[in-house]
Amino acid sequence: MEGFFNMEDANTLKARIKAMMVQNLMLQITAAEIGDDTPLFGPGGLGLDSVDALQLVVGLDKTFGVKIADPAAAKQILQSVNTIAEAVRQKMAA
Amino acid sequence: MTDKTRRIIIITGSNGGLGQAIARTFLHESDDNFVWLGVHTRREQADQLAREFPERCQCIELDVTQPASWQTAAGRVLASHQRIDVLVNNAGRHSDGLLATMPAKAWDDVLKTNLDGAFHGCQAVLRAMVSQHSGRIINIASLSALLAPAGQTNYAAAKAGLVALTQSLAKEVARLNITVNAICPGFVETEALIGMSEEAKKAARAKIPMRRFGRPEEVAAAVQFLACPAASYITGSVLKVDGGIL
Repeated sequence: MEGFFNMEDANTLKARIKAMMVQNLMLQITAAEIGDDTPLFGPGGLGLDSVDALQLVVGLDKTFGVKIADPAAAKQILQSVNTIAEAVRQKMAA
Repeated sequence: MTDKTRRIIIITGSNGGLGQAIARTFLHESDDNFVWLGVHTRREQADQLAREFPERCQCIELDVTQPASWQTAAGRVLASHQRIDVLVNNAGRHSDGLLATMPAKAWDDVLKTNLDGAFHGCQAVLRAMVSQHSGRIINIASLSALLAPAGQTNYAAAKAGLVALTQSLAKEVARLNITVNAICPGFVETEALIGMSEEAKKAARAKIPMRRFGRPEEVAAAVQFLACPAASYITGSVLKVDGGIL
């Protein structure tokens, strides 16, 4: 799928993901303040919790059609905006 | 009426006296309410109620102890209405006896229906409620959860677990505008009292400050309240409906 997802597409997608996060999780920061590699959970990151994770799972399904089937997949996908974007890219490429 | 203006309600254990009363209360409350009657082993009363309100009430096969059954039922409701507004975990059973001689099956069955069933139900509706950023979950516990009477180790443990589930889940989803509350009925005139002798009933009444058993409609009224817009700031609560026993 080379070329299917160029840098501009990737940045647009990440911006959409960040906007979705800010809106759905009612974050008290702007989308621009979220780094692509900022950890979503734990200290030094956004500090999200399990309820935020549930909202992200629902939001990703609703917004991008990405279905996270189990906790292991959630752990892998919900690490950062980059990992989420990769999951969305794979979904779009499938 | 469009599905967007309807309030979609699922009630488990809908064939029993309490489930019937809760369903009727919602059906009489508003023409906007659509009630799904969760039924499994018995469904005569539920079928009758669905026939009375053909536009706003349907039976749905639901074995509350089976996650797959919940997924199928919730999927059917969502396919029809795209939302779930209220879940009433009412299905319950008891198999009383002293712990020393209680068959393991009596423990397992009671825990599975009363506690596991509510857990699976909450899981089945939670995604929809999270997506909606709204929802009401009302768990029908029991005064046994608080009194822990002898002869009901299984039932009391299950219902006490249900109260704890209620309070814990309430904290998890409060920020999503989803409320989770429990109701603890005392002695209510339902099939649950059928096994009691007249003598036992008389003794039970004597211990109730109101000197009478509750009516199913009186418990249903509490459910209706917890599901109504005015109760939007009430979550994690345990409401006794017991005539003043405790």
